[in-house]
Amino acid sequence: MIRYLASRLLSLALSLLVASAVIFLMLEVLPGDPARFMLGINAQPDTVAALRTELGLDGTTIERYLRWITGLLRGEMGISYTYRVPVQELVSARIAVSAPLAGYALLLSTLIAIPVGLLAAALRGTVADYGIMGLTQLGIAIPNFWFGMLLVLGFAITWKLFPSGGFPGWDAGFWAGLRALTLPAIALALPQASILARVMRSAVIEVLSQDFIRTARAKGLSRTQALTRHALRNALVPVLTILGLQFSFLLAGAIIIENVFYLPGLGRLIFQAINQRDLIVVESAVMLLVFAVITVTFLTDIAYGLADPRLRRRK
Amino acid sequence: MISLSHLSLEIHGTPILRDVSLTLVPGHILGLVGESGSGKSMTALSLMGLLPQGSALSGSVSLEGEELTTAAERRLCQLRGNEIGMIFQEPMTALNPMQPIGAQVAETLRIHGAASRREARRIAREKLDRVGLEAIPMHRYPHELSGGQRQRVCIAMAIALRPRLLIADEPTTALDVTTQAQILNLLRELVRDEGMALLLITHDLAVVAEMADDIAVMRAGAVVEAGPAAQVLRERAHPYTEALFAASGHQPDRAATQLREVPLLSVERAVREYSGRSGAFRAVDEVSFTLRQGESLGLVGESGCGKSTLTRAILGLDPLQGGAIRLDGQPVSPAMGFELRRRVQVVFQDPYGSFNPRHRVSRLIAEPFHLTGRPADLPARITESLTAVGLSPDDAHKYPHEFSGGQRQRIAIARALITHPELIVLDEAVSALDVQVRAVILDLLARLQAERGLSYLFISHDLSVVRNVTDRVLVMQSGKIVEEGETEQVFTAPRHPYTAQLIAAAPTLEGVG
Repeated sequence: MIRYLASRLLSLALSLLVASAVIFLMLEVLPGDPARFMLGINAQPDTVAALRTELGLDGTTIERYLRWITGLLRGEMGISYTYRVPVQELVSARIAVSAPLAGYALLLSTLIAIPVGLLAAALRGTVADYGIMGLTQLGIAIPNFWFGMLLVLGFAITWKLFPSGGFPGWDAGFWAGLRALTLPAIALALPQASILARVMRSAVIEVLSQDFIRTARAKGLSRTQALTRHALRNALVPVLTILGLQFSFLLAGAIIIENVFYLPGLGRLIFQAINQRDLIVVESAVMLLVFAVITVTFLTDIAYGLADPRLRRRK
Repeated sequence: MISLSHLSLEIHGTPILRDVSLTLVPGHILGLVGESGSGKSMTALSLMGLLPQGSALSGSVSLEGEELTTAAERRLCQLRGNEIGMIFQEPMTALNPMQPIGAQVAETLRIHGAASRREARRIAREKLDRVGLEAIPMHRYPHELSGGQRQRVCIAMAIALRPRLLIADEPTTALDVTTQAQILNLLRELVRDEGMALLLITHDLAVVAEMADDIAVMRAGAVVEAGPAAQVLRERAHPYTEALFAASGHQPDRAATQLREVPLLSVERAVREYSGRSGAFRAVDEVSFTLRQGESLGLVGESGCGKSTLTRAILGLDPLQGGAIRLDGQPVSPAMGFELRRRVQVVFQDPYGSFNPRHRVSRLIAEPFHLTGRPADLPARITESLTAVGLSPDDAHKYPHEFSGGQRQRIAIARALITHPELIVLDEAVSALDVQVRAVILDLLARLQAERGLSYLFISHDLSVVRNVTDRVLVMQSGKIVEEGETEQVFTAPRHPYTAQLIAAAPTLEGVG
């Protein structure tokens, strides 16, 4: 297990290094000078040069890359060109919304999908199975922004159970924050839960056809016992893969939902920063997302090792 | 006593079993023999009440007077594992990969409420010791064990509650001869010591000849002949029993084969090493031999002895770390050109797994031309190859699923023939086939050899087949050739103890009939 952990950690570090270089170079080759963009086309060259120094845009590419990386390691991401505040403050305020939202949505989707998938597999070929599969098809097909608006119409406007948008901040209390995130989390969770339930169903069906299930039945286990004691854990491995991918997607892909519900999330920050050519914010926020995605992948790998003894090396 | 009487089964309207009657007596072994699809396994599953959906069963299964065909599922769950234990063919997949073996054996006891958690673990340890796994800790996972060890775990699971009946469905088919002999011995001991009845299902007449007190022969869902083992094997009253018997020991007519004293393949001190964590592992250790034109050379040994690694090197798929392999004087290596590659082809074991199911036969058998581009006479060659293996030229437009196992193996041979090779490596090429189909394929191979002057390298774990079809034989153990000689001589007077051990372990029909 230690070896497995060490090899995963090494691959994590390497991925981060490569990703940081790629992100930096991509923005480097893009046309447009932030200093000139901020000062307007009529600015004097020496004013522009002064601003460039102030923003840390002078020096060679290598120098700037190293400065950026060492800053990141110390938790300093530089100053936003447009907002004129430290990037880490901007980003952390947004993360406080985006990360709980993603986690909330993931929790909802897992809690719905795993029992639903299991049930559909156990009832395979029955009306209930077809019904569940039909619903999940619908869940994938419905665009989530539209579903979000539907939720607002029902739960916020008609029944007034949840706020229709905006975020009061965690200072307003945990429950107030959670309430504000509930509808967007449901909107985000629906397609994810649908996909996950389908994956769960086919994974369980696949496992149920395997020889060791027949062995279990020959030992005297009932169908349900064979399902819960032997099929479930074996089916979770493919589900974990999808779960890992979904978390990354939820973290970064919530831009539209954040817009529908007026949430000050990371997705919206990146979107605005790109529009305003606020490169330092884009660089740092994207790097942060890459870090989150790679870390989740790392955690998924660890979870594989825990779930499947065949992936653990002998000590 | 357990008896099946007038058992008939239909699955989705297709008749599977017809009027099957069998009696299982404590302390006795009943051998159920027949080809694949004859209904052997379905008979066992009827007994267990584990038939697939859409099954309609009639007749009666009685266990000590209790009728099982009409018993409730709850009652059947109580009986399975408790009164009737079952082990299956494929030990590699029969265990849950995510659970330690001790827990899996203990589960049989726990599920029937036969013991407390601690007590169950103690008994599980005892049963694992009983099946010869004293040295294996309970917390091992299935993937850490060999095939033979896994089959022992399955047996421990099945006998944990000392059932009245143990059903063993092809328990040794996936194992090599020495492991097979050990497992069969263990089963025989268990029947004797625990006084249970054993239903031994197999396609291998030699196995039942060595094991069974009584034999029932099945064909197309019906028992065609049954009785005491010695009598059935001696008298072979039913023509089907006779046909099975003849096919088991079938010796193809190889009189027309012309063996020439010209070396075709020469292997000189070949070494294949794998680098691993604990240094290099030598899978093939300074192996030398020569294969002559028109010769059939056998290569036998247990799984893991290096047969497959050597084969890959001979096919020029892997590089050697020492020594040389030459075909007609030219070096064989991964870099060799097509002209040399064309002269060696291969046929593998699995007629199901070795074809892309979405390609037509014409494309499948033209595959050897993938690298060189198609020859101008490709359609003619496809027709020629298909005809040579006894298929129709029209079969070129079909897909693999439209053929039976034996026909697919013909397609695999056609694929090997299409480049007009001089040497064909037959890697367990007939091992997955039923005896009667196997006999026909062996005849086909003998005919092709005589017509085309082919040389065969015949790799198999089935010693009786090797004995019947090869001129010379090599015995391989731990990467080395330990014995080499004329086949008949090696089999009648083995010089190396390992060869003697292999031959002793292999069940035979000799001395019967």
